[in-house]
This record gives sequence, structure tokens and C-alpha cells, in this order.
Amino acid sequence: MVTAQPGNDAFVVFDHVQKSYDGQTLVVKDLNLTIGKGEFLTMLGPSGSGKTTCLMMLAGFETATHGEIRLDGKNINDVPPHKRGIGMVFQNYALFPHMTVGENLSFPLEVRGMTKSERESRIARALDMVQMGQFKNRRPAQLSGGQQQRIALARALVFDPKLVLMDEPLGALDKQLREHMQFEIKALHDRLGITVVYVTHDQGEALTMSDRIAVFNDGRIQQLAPPAVLYEQPENSFVAGFIGENNALRGKIEQLQDDKALVRLGNGDLIDATAVNIRETGQETTVSIRPERVEFKPELMPAGAHTLEAHVVDVIYMGDILRARLKVAGQDDFVMKYRNTLGQVKLTPGQTIRIGWHPEDARALDPV
Amino acid sequence: MAKALDPHAAIVTEAAGPDEGGTLRTADGRPLKQALVRSSRRARRRAFLLVLPLLLFILITFVVPIGQMLQRSVKNDGFSANMPSLSAWFHENPRGTEPDDAAWAALAEDLQAAAKARTIGVVGTRINYDMPGTRSLFTSAGRKARSGVEPPYKEAILEMDQKWGDPKLWSVMREASSPYTSNFYLAAVDRTRDEQGDIVSAPAQQQIYVKLFMRTFWLSLVITFMTFLLGFPIAHLLATLPMRRSNLLMILVLLPFWTSLLVRTTAWMVLLQQQGVVNDVLVWLGVIGNNQRLQMIFNQTGTIIAMTHILLPFMILPLYSVMRTINPSYVRAARSLGATSWTAFRRIYFPQTLPGLGAGALLVFILAVGYYITPALVGGSSGQLISNMIAMHMTQTLNWSMAAALAALLLAGVLVLYWVYDRLVGIDNLKLG
Repeated sequence: MVTAQPGNDAFVVFDHVQKSYDGQTLVVKDLNLTIGKGEFLTMLGPSGSGKTTCLMMLAGFETATHGEIRLDGKNINDVPPHKRGIGMVFQNYALFPHMTVGENLSFPLEVRGMTKSERESRIARALDMVQMGQFKNRRPAQLSGGQQQRIALARALVFDPKLVLMDEPLGALDKQLREHMQFEIKALHDRLGITVVYVTHDQGEALTMSDRIAVFNDGRIQQLAPPAVLYEQPENSFVAGFIGENNALRGKIEQLQDDKALVRLGNGDLIDATAVNIRETGQETTVSIRPERVEFKPELMPAGAHTLEAHVVDVIYMGDILRARLKVAGQDDFVMKYRNTLGQVKLTPGQTIRIGWHPEDARALDPV
Repeated sequence: MAKALDPHAAIVTEAAGPDEGGTLRTADGRPLKQALVRSSRRARRRAFLLVLPLLLFILITFVVPIGQMLQRSVKNDGFSANMPSLSAWFHENPRGTEPDDAAWAALAEDLQAAAKARTIGVVGTRINYDMPGTRSLFTSAGRKARSGVEPPYKEAILEMDQKWGDPKLWSVMREASSPYTSNFYLAAVDRTRDEQGDIVSAPAQQQIYVKLFMRTFWLSLVITFMTFLLGFPIAHLLATLPMRRSNLLMILVLLPFWTSLLVRTTAWMVLLQQQGVVNDVLVWLGVIGNNQRLQMIFNQTGTIIAMTHILLPFMILPLYSVMRTINPSYVRAARSLGATSWTAFRRIYFPQTLPGLGAGALLVFILAVGYYITPALVGGSSGQLISNMIAMHMTQTLNWSMAAALAALLLAGVLVLYWVYDRLVGIDNLKLG
């Protein structure tokens, strides 16, 4: 087995990690993941996909059934949580209710045996960092959700951990505050240069904050990539469907040449697509196209591309964009988004149009 | 929308703004407070009517009897009501006056009247409380007085019994001539009055109550601590186990509630007596010899063991209900912040269980202080508590005033503890479930 070299590229390593709670099913199936120093990595996935279990194994609250977890080159499988030096922000903040904000922040420093003056200066610095300096003597119950969130963040950072884990830390906040805190956490990460492992089921949150995203499903990482790659080039139908809005057209591979595929849909129409995880002609496939990459004006479509007939079912006005639901190739859940510019063509329900796209935007993936 | 709201908002602020007097008023000019009271009056009346039956029930079955009992602890007219002439003489003559002819005449008159009315026993009992051994003096004097007492009264009465000349007896009768007395409270703290009416310690062989109070409070403390030691881990287990198994365990915890108190206590007798199960097993194992059988019951040990067992659920239930609400992420957070499991328990988990612990401890302690059946059955002589003494005065000596005084002192003691608890921990920190 290869030991990872301590260095920028392998700060946290999951090496063939498996986890089972009942000895019958695997919650985490053969996880291999390397997280670099200073990276902001998000574990994204639906509930029950194994992402929180992975985080808990990293924090030391769950033990790996098989495999090795390394932190900074050292195997930490048998290191108890309090010796790992990992800061953690919990979903419900877990601020100690019987202590003031100052005492909450002082706790990790006291158990490390720091002197009072050292503690005071660190607490002041951490509170200033999250702009909560004047709340030192309040109790957590006297703070709003967003303020508690900041204190939880300050407490996880006050002892200068090498690694900070966040378990859906913004789940309990309202939308506006959540977006604001996303920005603040990201800014703190950039400023302090810490490594962050972030767990969420909110794909928007993952896209805005992360350097890389690991999409979990069924105990496996489905794709590990930077946000733009994940969104624009999903590697399988699950990722395509889970991240952002997606149109899935079912069909059969008619022709395959390198990565260019010709797909015949259920009603006999032909479309162009890029083959991703398709091996041979005649195979069933699901073609994935993002709604905003669908065009209905001939001048915007690439020359010679196949087009499809579409019936407008309804059009929803969303302010910055318009969202049209179309009936395409027998499926009436096809969505097209187009910008609400001055003089934009008006589509009305019942109208028939022709739609098309660049072949790179249509990705032929595994059948659903 | 905002525009539509604006004029309305303007009216509200205008009408509800402070007037010259500084009070807020509603739109029609009435003070806001008055309007609030009026608007919630109906709801309050309904709520009051709903609790009225319970209020009456408590008043009739709880407050009134306790009030009467407390009154009985300072009032006993057994002497003053049945010996009116002598009582009048005591009122007219100050303390220290030698009983003169008028006094003896009043005594003779009262003795004859009481004997005729068959209340001489009540009088004797009342004096007997303060001066043991005098009841028969009154009853025999009453018998003799029924056939008539001729003057000179002093000589005639002293002829019946020389004890009538005892100055102590006259001092006690003077005390009893007023229906209100503090003597029962004095007796409850091992004090008595001498011939001059000063408060002195009771004779050494009669000093039992203070010791008994101390023992009651001490044993209750020990029992409370034992229930905490035994109950804390069980409550924690209950709070952390998966629901199905914790329900099963909860049934085991509640099982004692479903069996009779007597059955449970006698079960302990079977287990702990000298020829009982525990001793048999110890002898069989060779831990102790057959002639060294341990005395584990009919003494304080028995009281502690049996009462700890019986009161355990009262500690477990409040602890459990508080522990269940403590999110496991607190301890996890403490661990991730660098605390060992012991530090996390001591500084994070345990402080959060205090409301339940306080409630459980207060509940167990108050129940233990007043416990009666179990110490009576398994306590022997050294394991008796103050409530056994109260029961004795209620049922055997029939000195209800003494029982009431002891009970009132017990109540006062508990209230003081409650007050101390409130000062130290705060009653609002109490969580019973």
C-alpha cells in the first residue's frame, strides 16, 4: 500500500475506506479521496448517501470498518477525536448552552492548557474575525441563528486547527442569511488558508463555495470535480440530475464515432450528442442537456445540427429568465430557459417551434 | 401594498402614541392597559372556572386539614376548657403566687365538675403531656371527688394524694390554663419548662426528638445520594439506547410502581434478614462464616437499602427526561474541541443534567424525609425516622398536638431546604419532565 507523502497534494487521504453499521450493508463502499492542503472540498449528496458518515469517520466519531484514513501523512484510524486537532462546526451549532460565548470559545483553549492571557487574546481575535466582539458575555440562547453560526465558526477556528469540518452548518438559516454566510465562510477560508471539508445536500451551496465537489450517492463518490466541470460535464446520469436542472432524453445509440454519437429517440427523431460513458452502438442511453443550453432560434444553432420539433406547454415568467415547458419526442417535461431581454421572442402555449443545441452540450450518459 | 398600509399605520401610531400623561391609548382613547385587561377578561374567567374544582378540592382536602393540624400544634384546651375556675384563678394571680384557699377551692370545684362531666381523663391527659405520670393523679382524684369534697379543701385534696402539693404540678397547670401553648414545640426540640416557667433542656432520657430529626435528615441525604449514584447511569442508558430497548428498560424502572409498597418492603426482609437469601449466599460462598451472618435489616442499613430502592424511580425519571433533551452533538463538539471523554462529561454533559438532578434530588429528599411505612417495617429501632414518631403520637399516645408540632417542624425544615435550593440553584432550573 502506498503511503501518501505529507505535502500539498495529500493532506487528507481516504484509502479504500468502507463502513458498515450492521455488518450486512455497506454505508460507504470503497471510498478513495485525497484532499489537498488549503482546499475547500464539499461532500454533496442526498441524505443516506454516506457523506455524513465519511465526515464522522474523519472527525473520529465513527470508526472505519475497513481501510485507512490519513491526516497529514499519519494514519488516524486509532487516534481518538480529541487528539486529532480538527475543528468542527455542527448542524445545530452545538454551542454549550450553560456557558457564555466567551466560555464557549475558551473551552478548547482551556483543555489545551493555555494561560489566561493567551486565551483572552485568542478569543478576542476569533470573535473579531466573525465580527462578534461585543457578544462575548452573552449566552447562546440570546443570539440569533446567524450569530450562533458565527460563534460556532469562531469556536472551531479559535485553536488554529489544521482542518475544519462543517456538517451542513447553514441548514437552519433562512435563504438570505444562508447566502450571506456562504460568502463569509468562503472569505474566511481564503484569508486563513485552512483546509475545509464541507458537507451539504444543497447543490447551490456546494457550487458557490467549493474548490472541488465530491458527489456522493449510494455510498460511492459519483464524480469529484471543480464546480464548473461538475455542472457542465457530468459523468453520469445521477450527477447530471442531481446538480442543477437537467433535461433527460431517452434513446438508443445509432452511430458512434470517437466521442460523437448519433442518438435515436423513442419517436424516431435523431439528435447529436457527446458520448461520455457509452461504449457501443445499439446501447440504451439518456441524453442530458441543460435547459439554458437549448436554443430555439435557428441563427443560434450550429450549422447542420439536428433539430427537434417541440410544442410549448406553458411559459413561466421568472423575472430575469423565462422558463418554457416543452413537449419533445413524446416527453412533456422538457425545460428550456431563455433570457428575458428587450424584444425577446414571445412564446405562447400551443405554439410549435424547433429546438437544437451544440453537440458538446448534449451528453449521452448511462440509461436511468 | 405599502401605500395601502400607510394611512392605517398612521392612525395606529397617532392613537397609540403617548398622551400628556405618558400612557398609551387605544384608537377610542381608552388607556391601553385597561383595554388589554378587558379583552382578556373573558378568557381568564373561563380558565379560572376550569381550575375551580381542583382549587376547591385542594382547599378542602389539603389546606384546611393542614391548617387545623398546625393550629392543634399550638392549641390544646383539654385543661382550660374543663377546669374553668382554676384557670380563672391562674389568670388573676401572677406567676409565683403560692396557691391560696381560693385556688384550692377552685381546684376542688373543678375536680367535682369534671368528674361529673366525665372529662377528668381529658384534663389528666393534657397535664400528662407536660408532666408524665400525672394522669392517674387526676383520674383517682376525680373518682374521690365525685362523693364530695369538704372544706378545708387544701387538706382534703392533699389527703387524696401528697403529689397535689408539688410546685411543679402547679406550674404545669398554670401553663395549661391557657389554650394556646408553645410547649409542644419545645418538647419537639427536647426542651421543657421548669417550675419558674423558664425554658430548659429536657431530662437526658427524654431527649429523643432532636436526635431523630438529625437522623431523618442525614438518612434522607444518604438515600438521595445513593439514588443519584445508582440512578444517573441508568437514566443515561435510558436516554441513549435505541427507542425499543429503552422502552423495555423503562418498564423495568417503573415496575416497582406497579407492585404494592408492602410487598416490595417485605421482599427486602426476605432477602436481607439473617437467615435470608443474601446471607445464605454469602455463607455458601464462604465469604462469611455461619456465625458471622450480617445484620442488614431492622437497622439503619435496612432503611437505607429499602428506601433507596423504592425512591429510585423518582430520581431516574426527571434525570431521564432532561438527559433525553441533551443533544449528543454537545459531547461530540467538546471531544472535537480537544476534551477527553471525562472532561467532556464533567464540563459539558453533567452541568446540563443539573435541572433534572436538582428535581430528582429534591423529590427523593422530600419523600424520604416524610417516609413512614418502610422504616417502620425494616428500620428496627435504629432505623426509625421522625415520621414513625409522628405516627406513634397520632395512633398510640393520641398526643395529636405533639404529632402536629413534629410535623410542622418537619415541614419547616423542608421549606428551609427548598429556599436554600432556590438560592443556590434556582427553582426555575427545576425540570420534572
